[in-house]
Amino acid sequence: MTYLAKPKLLAADAPRNALGYTRRDYEGAISTLCAGCGHDSISASVVQACFDLDIEPHKVAKLSGIGCSSKTPDYFLGNSHGFNSVHGRMPSVLTGAALANRNLLYLGVSGDGDSASIGIGQFAHAMRRGVNMTYIVENNGVYGLTKGQFSATADKGSKSKKGVVNRDNPIDLATLALQLGATYVARSFSGDKEQLVPLIKGALRHGGPAFIDVISPCVTFNNHAGSTKSYDYVREHNAAVNRVDVILPKAQIEASYPPGSLRRVVQHDGSILHLRKVGVDYDPADRIGAMNYLQERQALGEIVTGLLYVDSSGQDMHANLNTVEKALNQLGDAYLCPGSKALEALNATLR
Amino acid sequence: MTTPAIQHCNDFVIKFANVNGSGSASANELFARAIIRMGVPVAPRNIFPSNIQGLPTWYEVRVSEAGWLGARGGCDMMVAMNPQTWDRDVAAIDPGGYLFYDSTKPLPPSKFRDDITVLGIPLTAMCNAEYEDARQRQLFKNIMYVGALLALLDMEFASAEQLLVDRYRGKDQLITANVNALRLGYDYAKEHLPCPIGLTVKRADAVGDRIMVDGNSACGLGAVYGGATVAGWYPITPSTSVIEAFSSYCRKFRTDPDNGRARYAIVQAEDELASIGMVIGAGWNGARAFTATSGPGISLMQEFFGLAYFAEIPAVIVDVQRGSPSTGMPTRTQQSDLLSCAYASHGDTRHVLLFPQDAYECFSLTAQAFDLAERLQTPVFVLSDLDIGMNEQLCAPFDWDDSRRYDRGKLMSYDELEAGKDFGRYLDVDGDGIPYRTIPGTHPTKGAYFTRGTTRNPYAKYSETGADYVYNMERLRRKFNTAKDLVPAPVLKKAEQPTHVGVIYYGSTAPAMAEAGALLAADGIHVDTLRVRGFPFSDTVMQFIAERDAVFVVEQNESAQLRSLLINEGEIDPKKLVRVLHYDGSPITARFIAGKIADALSDRKVSPIGQPQRKVAS
Repeated sequence: MTYLAKPKLLAADAPRNALGYTRRDYEGAISTLCAGCGHDSISASVVQACFDLDIEPHKVAKLSGIGCSSKTPDYFLGNSHGFNSVHGRMPSVLTGAALANRNLLYLGVSGDGDSASIGIGQFAHAMRRGVNMTYIVENNGVYGLTKGQFSATADKGSKSKKGVVNRDNPIDLATLALQLGATYVARSFSGDKEQLVPLIKGALRHGGPAFIDVISPCVTFNNHAGSTKSYDYVREHNAAVNRVDVILPKAQIEASYPPGSLRRVVQHDGSILHLRKVGVDYDPADRIGAMNYLQERQALGEIVTGLLYVDSSGQDMHANLNTVEKALNQLGDAYLCPGSKALEALNATLR
Repeated sequence: MTTPAIQHCNDFVIKFANVNGSGSASANELFARAIIRMGVPVAPRNIFPSNIQGLPTWYEVRVSEAGWLGARGGCDMMVAMNPQTWDRDVAAIDPGGYLFYDSTKPLPPSKFRDDITVLGIPLTAMCNAEYEDARQRQLFKNIMYVGALLALLDMEFASAEQLLVDRYRGKDQLITANVNALRLGYDYAKEHLPCPIGLTVKRADAVGDRIMVDGNSACGLGAVYGGATVAGWYPITPSTSVIEAFSSYCRKFRTDPDNGRARYAIVQAEDELASIGMVIGAGWNGARAFTATSGPGISLMQEFFGLAYFAEIPAVIVDVQRGSPSTGMPTRTQQSDLLSCAYASHGDTRHVLLFPQDAYECFSLTAQAFDLAERLQTPVFVLSDLDIGMNEQLCAPFDWDDSRRYDRGKLMSYDELEAGKDFGRYLDVDGDGIPYRTIPGTHPTKGAYFTRGTTRNPYAKYSETGADYVYNMERLRRKFNTAKDLVPAPVLKKAEQPTHVGVIYYGSTAPAMAEAGALLAADGIHVDTLRVRGFPFSDTVMQFIAERDAVFVVEQNESAQLRSLLINEGEIDPKKLVRVLHYDGSPITARFIAGKIADALSDRKVSPIGQPQRKVAS
């Protein structure tokens, strides 16, 4: 397959954000995924979120592993550096990148095969380590590139396109992320951009490990009766616990929301998450409650979506390591090399 | 006694048999350093089990005024402090040698040999009388036998005493207690034993300005001086102390004096895969990053090595080799990761390797590795081993040229991009195979690219076109050829007499090889030697082989990995390269090398040019 350049056509009246960028400035190469793939909707949501947040594209580093989902960073933020690493190992590569320069935004994109099987260890440790990143799993419950095998997130009893029944228990990555210490945990559906875009915006503004599990049906291998990750199934079983709005520090529009139905969460950077409750008395600050709620609803066949947990008081990896504010990759020789006199003093202690 | 007692001054081997975890290490090191303070070179080595506590451990000190630092083999005096290994330890003493033991509990005469001198001191009884605390009784017993040895070997008490003062500076109670134990042992030996014995240490001036340090500490220091700011690692013997040293030196040298914050980041990863992943992520993002590991870790990291090679990302890997394959002998030394590093990962990969010979080069080559990794945009391996890494050794003092600046390689800047300079991530602009790269965040609209392990065109766009693949592979080959002139040059040592026989070796084999050359020369066998210090091999290496009739390749593994690499890379006739292999996990000795070379030459009936027949040929 050859790389396809996207035509540079732009409507004269295309909206621009505060940086003067249009949505096109946040796009990437033309997708090579199947027509109708849920992953493309997620890419579009990332584009929308970054456009809305006035993020400078070159200040984002986007990293992924291997698989359909991991191809997608090529399809958004074309002016960002991207890294398509090896299967399941995006978290460690991203961790290293974040160690090198704490002042970029880190977006990790992975799949259910990538994160729940070969990469489950790295996923777990990135969460517990508190890497300041937005980790999106594009979860379709199936291996697309190798044509239809169950992944570790496929529900027990669900059927493959060929009619094979899955006998293994599923791994719920959102529950794992909660247990492992992620400070922002959400689940959404690629077919629900209204919910997904603000969740991504909240994650990008979050100053710690933010995890979003996005159910993203595979139109080719997992969008049929018997699949619990098809468009129809997810639409029918989606149980949203809240709706999110992200209010940037500079915006003064809080008053426009009706009081009483909101929960207000201030993030490290001053942005505010407004959580509008949808029908249930759900507390997104209660980690254990969130885990219990997910399990209860899962037993009923429901897919709980929304912002499941947020804790804006947590520390990220750099705070834990007590590193300097300046990016490590920008420290010059003078800051790094102790010089010959220090060596002479050291030599004297070794005789 | 049926054999005359050994009589040697400043030239002997003394071995300490202890129990792992008994606190003997610092006492034994005190002994070795006291000899150095008297101006006499020593070569100490630990022989220890893969265990925390309870199993036998040995510490060997070779005393050599001539300055030979390789393992010698044999043992002139055994300090037998471990009843578990008593029979083996007594049997290991050379005829005419000496046995030192704790005589608190008398052993039957049948337990002793009649061709050695037996020296007993009731150490346990003395400690029990002196100290109430059980731990003190154990620790000071060790210091006490060092004191006794000072007397037996006619050493200067003040040298050891001053060492204790230096070691515990500011902790007067510890100084007093340790010096007291040292004195108790010394005085008892003086009073009750025939001091001095036939082995003695006499003040000399053969140490010079050399320092004594272990290679792993030197690697850690080299990483600091090389500008490393990120380390991802996973503990594994014998490499663990590399990162521990890096951490310690970073705390000392890289803490912001204004706010106490770290100008470095060290993450203990969940496994070796994650550790190299972090290094690659950091290298991609413009930081100098490294990991330290050993053979099993190298195996686990293979896939990532291929990615870093193909995606062209700088990374430094310190591999402290140990006995392999599999878990092998975790606490024994080998040089058996050469091939697995040189061609690490699937497909046509080739990696840059550096071979330090001692702690000094562990420092200097580790520092240099970061320049090479960024210049070449590729992984660079520093191949140390347990013998260099975990043993303290005499070496040249560390030095640094303050005018030196880090070579960041071909980094395209904001200004260059802004000026419209063509940026093709994998474009060979200069014909040396090395492309330009940009760091994430460099420019708002120019220079961003997508890094991937799949094939791409020169502008980093995904491609499955054969021509793009071939272009890339040929460019990588050009880059590898460029590396030939960037890695450290080999060290040639010509024989005193003309010869058509050569020896190639590397790394920790160096001290034994130096001595072996002298042993052979004394027997009329002259060999030119070439120590390789880097891979890819420079043309000098191939020329050295071409100009000689036979070349011995000395290395510490079973399958002759260096020889294979030479044959493969230089397309050399295998018959020309003669294996000299040592792989039982102990450090190679000069006696072994000289014996193998002499035997082989005898078998081949090759006489050195212009020399009479060798004595060893009979």
